[in-house]
Amino acid sequence: MTGFLTLLYKELLRFWKVSFQTVLAPVLTALLYLLIFSYVLSRRVEVYPGVSYTAFLIPGLVMMSMLQNAFANSSSSLIQSKVTGNIVFVLLPPLSAGEFFGAYLVASIVRGFSVGLGVLLVAQFYASTPPIHIIWALLFGFFGCGILGCLGIIAGIWAEKFDQLAAFQNFIVVPLSFLSGVFYSIHALPPFWREMSHFNPFFYMIDGFRYGFFGLSDVAPQLSLIIVAASFAGLSALTIGLIHRGYKLRG
Amino acid sequence: MTPAIEITGLKKRFGSLQALSGIDLTIERGEFFGLLGPNGAGKSTLINLLAGLLRPDHGFLRILGHDVVRQYRSARLSLGVVPQEIVYDPFFTVRETLLIQSGYYGLRRNHHWINTLLERLDLTDKADVNMRALSGGMKRRVLVAQALVHRPEVIVLDEPTAGVDVELRQTLWAFIQSLNSQGHTIVLTTHYLEEAQEFCQRIAMLKQGQIVALDTTKSLLASFEHRELKVTLNSFELPDALRPMLRQSIGATHILDLPSLAGLEEILAIIRQSGALIEDLSLSEPDLEDIFVSIMNEQVLE
Ligand SMILES: Nc1ncnc2c1ncn2[C@@H]1O[C@H](COP(=O)(O)OP(=O)(O)OP(=O)(O)O)[C@@H](O)[C@H]1O
Ligand SMILES: [Mg+2]
Repeated sequence: MTGFLTLLYKELLRFWKVSFQTVLAPVLTALLYLLIFSYVLSRRVEVYPGVSYTAFLIPGLVMMSMLQNAFANSSSSLIQSKVTGNIVFVLLPPLSAGEFFGAYLVASIVRGFSVGLGVLLVAQFYASTPPIHIIWALLFGFFGCGILGCLGIIAGIWAEKFDQLAAFQNFIVVPLSFLSGVFYSIHALPPFWREMSHFNPFFYMIDGFRYGFFGLSDVAPQLSLIIVAASFAGLSALTIGLIHRGYKLRG
Repeated sequence: MTPAIEITGLKKRFGSLQALSGIDLTIERGEFFGLLGPNGAGKSTLINLLAGLLRPDHGFLRILGHDVVRQYRSARLSLGVVPQEIVYDPFFTVRETLLIQSGYYGLRRNHHWINTLLERLDLTDKADVNMRALSGGMKRRVLVAQALVHRPEVIVLDEPTAGVDVELRQTLWAFIQSLNSQGHTIVLTTHYLEEAQEFCQRIAMLKQGQIVALDTTKSLLASFEHRELKVTLNSFELPDALRPMLRQSIGATHILDLPSLAGLEEILAIIRQSGALIEDLSLSEPDLEDIFVSIMNEQVLE
């Protein structure tokens, strides 16, 4: 347990010591999206009856920031350790695959929630969006950050250079999170794209998270929760398996 | 008693390169063991396999009887490795680095031992300095301290003195020797053969992934018969019969190549017969470097 807690502490300290870049910068980015999109679109779009576009946008932006930062945390920590070589400090001690996984995962989730909370608080100046089903919001936040934390660990282990990691981020994580209904309801999409969205796991994370705020969603939140929780369980098992086998870590 | 390190039938390849081809090696507890070999011989590969940083293709490695793959927890708890490359985490100070490393080994309260390590490695006044701000030699000392935070019974040092100044080298060896006398097993690689000769009780020489010599330092030195005889005569002329052995002459001093000690009597007899008088005479002691060079060259000829 001490091994796990120490690695977790180290991972938390790592992003906390540079929280200006790791927390404040993403909060600022999300606010810029909010400013621009809500200004441009607020008079034209009403996604759910009685919910302003700005209000609709806030949970989506909060979740998107959480997901992207959860991914960034584990992936950048691992790739940095690999490139600088100090990954040996965690490979030499008797840490189990579970401890290794748990520490990087929890740190990713904490980073995701820190950024998410920051975005949510500042966004309240634009529109008040208190979550009406806070447990649902927390559950989706947890599983969403968990999934992206896993993906970050996998990408960080797989990538050998920073640009490979950037490719993973730019070609997989960013498109999936943008095309998941952050800025719109998928009901506004043409039928083909609406169907396609159902294959995007990010859609369920955002839709379910938004349900936690408004009690309204594109698909039933129970279905989203099952999909998201199952994805998290599957990815966790895969990630622990990779770490246990020493994939790319122990050649 | 189970040996400190037990390696059987160990093979490791990287793509088409056979880095280790069948290593069998047993190192007893309490030994001070040297692993020598030219660049690329496979020394670090062997160490990384022991440390679990690489996985073997064939064969087993055991530390105090624990298989490094299957019983990795007990194996890694008993092992401290100083890696060859200088690596560090720029986020932390020296003390933070050591506290965190202790935590990975499950040690919560390790301040006392950390202070001892800092003191013995002459790092006390750098304890609260960020790792980034240390010189190369200091970073290496921190690596040594990191390898020792959990007081491992078996300590492996991959070129610990590369880039370290004379004073620290002495401090470091004194510390390592005191650990050895307390019962810790020491395995070390170095390209400074005098160091190996001075400290190691037993030596393995590695070449192209194979052990080409394995013996006590004493026997290795004794087995090497080749000597140099330095003789100063009262005349400048060296007897003709000795010409073929001559390596170099400086005035009346001649350096002769002696393939084995057995030839010494004959040389002296020739000098006596020639009527010359010996004013001074010395015989070179063999050193590990001579042996190393001859063993490495032998293998090439085969
Ligand atoms: N990760 C790796 N991938 C591919 N080849 C490798 C890898 N590690 C080592 N090698 C190769 O294996 C051989 C043995 O390397 P190793 O680092 O064990 O040598 P060494 O004896 O430690 O040499 P040195 O004295 O230079 O440190 C070398 O030819 C090296 O190029
Ligand atoms: Mg080496």
